[in-house]
Formats: sequence, C-alpha cells, structure tokens
Amino acid sequence: MPDGGVATTPDEVAAIAERLGGTVVVKAQVHAGGRGKAGGVKLAKGAAEARAHAEKILGMTIKGLVVERVLVVPAADIATESYVGLILDRESQRPLFMVSSAGGIDIEEVAAQTPEKIQRLAIDPRYGVLPHQSLALALSLYSDFKQVRAAARIIEQLYQVFMQSGASLAEINPLVTTPDGQVLALDAKVSIDDNELDRRPDLAALRDESAEEPSEVAARRANLTFIKLDGNVGCVVNGAGLAMATMDLVKYYGGDPANFLDIGGSSNPEKVVNALRIITSDPAVKVILFNIFGGITRTDDVANGIVTATKQFAVNVPIVIRLTGTNEREAVQILTGAGMTALNDMDEAVKQAVALAQEAR
Amino acid sequence: MSIFVNQATRLVVQGITGRDGSFHSKQMLAYGTNLVAGVTPGKGGQTFEGSVPVFNTVAEAVRETGANTSVIYVPPMMAAGAIAEAADAGIALIVCITEGVPVLDMTKIMPFVRDRGARLIGPNCPGLITPGVAKVGIIPGQICLPGRVGLVSRSGTLTYEVVNQLTKNKIGQSTCVGIGGDPIIGTNFIDVLSAFQNDPETDLIVMMGEIGGTDEQKAAAFVKEHVTKPVIGFIAGQTAPPGRRMGHAGAIVSGSSGTAAEKIEAFKAAGIGVMERPVDVVRLVNEKLGAKAGR
Repeated sequence: MPDGGVATTPDEVAAIAERLGGTVVVKAQVHAGGRGKAGGVKLAKGAAEARAHAEKILGMTIKGLVVERVLVVPAADIATESYVGLILDRESQRPLFMVSSAGGIDIEEVAAQTPEKIQRLAIDPRYGVLPHQSLALALSLYSDFKQVRAAARIIEQLYQVFMQSGASLAEINPLVTTPDGQVLALDAKVSIDDNELDRRPDLAALRDESAEEPSEVAARRANLTFIKLDGNVGCVVNGAGLAMATMDLVKYYGGDPANFLDIGGSSNPEKVVNALRIITSDPAVKVILFNIFGGITRTDDVANGIVTATKQFAVNVPIVIRLTGTNEREAVQILTGAGMTALNDMDEAVKQAVALAQEAR
Repeated sequence: MSIFVNQATRLVVQGITGRDGSFHSKQMLAYGTNLVAGVTPGKGGQTFEGSVPVFNTVAEAVRETGANTSVIYVPPMMAAGAIAEAADAGIALIVCITEGVPVLDMTKIMPFVRDRGARLIGPNCPGLITPGVAKVGIIPGQICLPGRVGLVSRSGTLTYEVVNQLTKNKIGQSTCVGIGGDPIIGTNFIDVLSAFQNDPETDLIVMMGEIGGTDEQKAAAFVKEHVTKPVIGFIAGQTAPPGRRMGHAGAIVSGSSGTAAEKIEAFKAAGIGVMERPVDVVRLVNEKLGAKAGR
C-alpha cells in the first residue's frame, strides 16, 4: 500500500499533499464504481492544485452518493496494471482467487469476453493459501522474480484479510508495478458478508448509512428486508422467494413493483406497522399489496398490524390484502371488523392492485 | 418410498428447548414424525412434551435412541458447529433450518460434513416433508397431500404457495424439499433431481429456482442428460435489480450472470416446462401427467 491519507476538507488535502511532496492523486471515497469517469479522481502537481481539485470533488455526487471524503496518495508512475481478487465461489464452495494481468479495468468484462486471461484457483480453507499456490498465481502476473515474490506475499495477505474479516469479496484493482520495479496495491475493495456483522460489531460500526437509501436504512433497523424500486405498487410479503414471485406477478399483469419487502418468518404486528410506515413514505406508491402465506407467520398477526397501522397514521392509498394459511379465519374477522376485505388468491390480489395503481395515475 | 425422509426416519432436534425449536418440534410431533430425541447442551435429562428425551450431545442422543436424522434450530453463529456435531455423531441426514449463517462458516464446515459421509440440507431452508409420513423442518403439514409429484425449491413460502395450488387441485406430493436460499448449501438441485429420478413413487418433478448463481442452469443440463421423468420449473426474481441481495443471501444477480432470463432459457433448452406464474403449476402437471396426476 502506498503512503497517503484520508481528508474531509480541502485544507486537509493540501496538508497531506504538502507532506507527501511531488505529484499526488485525489480520489473520491464513495461506495460506487466508475469514480474516475465521473471526475472523482484527479492528478495534482503540488498542494495548491490538490486543494483546487478537492474543492470540486468534495461535495460532488457520484451515482447518487455525495462525496464526503477523499483519499490523497502519491501518484504512482505505472508500468503495468493487474487484478487480484478473491470471492466466495458457490460452485467449489471455497474462496476462489481470480488473478489477471489484464487489470485496472472492469474485471467482469474481462471474465465475460476473454475468460482465458483470468487465472482461477480455489483455496481449501482447511489449509489456506499454500506457498506454491501463491507463487503460481504471482508467476501468472510477473516474470521478474523480485516482483513475483512481492505479489505472492500480497496474495497471501489478501487471503488473510478475506478470512479474518468474513468477506464475500476482496480485491486489489489495480495491483501495479512502477518503472523502478516496485509492486503496489493502488486501490482495494472488500465486501463483508452481512451474516458476519452480528459477531463483528467493529466492522458493523463502519457501515456508512449516508451512502444508502434512507428507506432501506429504516427498514434494516426494523428488521425488515427492503429494497426500493421504481414502480408504484408497494409490496408487503412474507418470505424472499414469494416476495420476488409477487413482484414478478405485478409485472406479469402490467404493473410495476415499488419495492421488494420481506417481513420475515415470525411476524409480529409491529413489523407490519413499520413496513407500512416505510412504504407509505414513498410518494410514488399508489397502492399497497399484501401477499401473506401463513406458515410460521400468523396471518392474524399481519391483520392486526394492518389495522393498528391505519389507526396510527393515515394510509392514503388503497390496500389490497391477500392472505391464506395459519389463523386465516381470525385474520379475515379482524380485517372485516375494521372495514377491510381480504382475498384468498394471489393472482386475483395482484390483478386488483395493478388495476388500482393504473386508475390512480 | 419418497426421498430422504420416510418411515425409517428417526429424528433428533438440535435446539429443541429454544423458541423456534420447541414450537416446530410440537408441530412435527403432531404431524406424526418419529421424533426420538432432542439436544440442548446443559438440559440433558429433561423431557420434551412428556415423551421426548433431551440430551446434552448429539452423540448421546444417537447412542440412546438410534437417531439417524437431525434438524437444527440454533442461532446462526452456532449453526456450523451444530452441523459438525451431527456429522461427527454419525447422523446421515442433517437439515439446517437456521437463517443467517456466515457463508465462510459453511465453506469451512462442508469438507468436514462430506468426509463423514453425511448429507446436509440447507442452511436457511424450510426443511422437507413426505406427506402423511414425516415432516422435518417447518413446511406446514396441512397444505400437503400424499401423492406422486416431487418438489424441490430454494425458497420457503413460495414453495407453500405452489404446494397449496397442487393440493387444492388434488395433486399429491411424494416429497417436498426446500434446499435453501444461501450461496453455499449442502444439497443442490441436481442431488434432489437425481433422488427423485430414482424414486419409483415420484412421477413428475417441480423445480422452484430463483436468481443468483448457476445451480439451475446446471440442473437443467442434468435434466436433459439424466432425467426421464417430466420436469416443470419456475424462476423467481425476473424483476430483481442487478447487484442487490433479494432477501436470500444467494439471490443476487452479479453483473449479467445469474439472471432469471438466463435460467429460463436453460430450462427451455432442457425441455423443462416453464411456469410463468406459480398458479401455472396445476395446468402444466395436468398436461404432463394427464389423468395420472398426483395419484
């Protein structure tokens, strides 16, 4: 890793550039690719120019995300660029290295168009990366043996980071060589498996919620799985598979889903109230569709949640409710008592919701 | 016959005294499953529901009761350890219901399970049911009907939706297997397809897939080569945006790979009848089986 520092103001940027001396790079730090293309990465000869770039980059928006931090590092004189990545491979069920001397660019593109340019190696987690394995991967990148050794060491370290942080992806892109023969990791990305975060509060604390859709943050805090989409049919479903199938069915009948939302297995009424609060805060939503197949989820809990929510705050769009399964009869009674109706058939409910959304336009 | 669970199933529940474990153990008992033991470390010597002995370890449960199948309802951070314990005790079929197991835990534990010759189903799955015989997991028994359609799925409630459609139309099931929505799972589509192909009591197979990974594409190729029984399939997530994890850890389109369109194409190329909607299952089963459907 090259020397450098992270800054949040142009003054800090200038100070780091001053300390480093020579030409530096000012890089926007956001959770998105394509930063260079968006003008978020600039070369600067000296502190004054670095400050000028920082003034433009700090506060700019890249893929909907506001840049609040920049990284300032010495500009490396680059001779070659490579890619070193490690992913959790579903097929081998192991961590899998992907290494390519065609680096510095979109590795997915390389994988799709010239897969032969990528060396792949699955690692048995019982033994970790063995010395001959890191050496073989490094030899696929370089012929100068000093560089090979340096790269092998970086490859082993990347594996350690991957395993210790509970990552699903760790990549160095680009791994460069300089004209004087050094091997440097210029940029890196690590994705952590969400399931790890419960036992890694240190990593969970690094989550930058400002970089996320506010409704998705609210949903996560309420233990709901929610993904915002562009349509106008709000969906509340139990179970991820059924939630996807419900969105697909909305599309099938000519509508557009406003979200993916899984209220999960053991639903208490509070979850349903939170779900409705999050969905109704999206002005694009013209109708709310419930699709509940009661197994562990009790449909009467869901019905109670809907009734409670409509008492707590105004729901100004129609609600179409489909529920079947555990305690269905009680659920229907609860809804009927509150002046609502429930359907039993998924297709019927989706068709109604789509029709209501179209009328509202 | 059926697959994986039958009259010979002797079930031990790991985490039987926990909230989820005790709730579902009661349901499994009520369904008539041969639930012979429970395990909760520190609670050995207790009795569950007046009839099921609780042990401190799976090894003890196996020694005392001859348990051959285990179902796991323990918290996510303890799940890999529970799977290893069951495999080490000689359990042949391990079903892990727990959702949220760290994926790296699974990469570490899978070789251990294989070395001991055990089959793992899950994690993050609803388990399986052979209607009228045994239920291992959380699939609601009342929506199932004994019969001759085999069902395999990556999801829970979507499976119930389809099973319910079948049952409402008097089409019974031989076994319904939920393999789980995680990226690394113990039993994949091909394992289950191959078991159904070899099961004389299964006439047709329904496959419920979703976006993410290449398991469905490989299963389609397997169907083309090795499965002579009719197969129909569904893929959830046609409207899912790329790069987002759709609830299931494994349901994510990465770049242009793992899309619903790609999987549906693979199904079609393999001669698998594609359901556009869950409700289409009934029409397709009737088309393929005619008067024989479900009986």
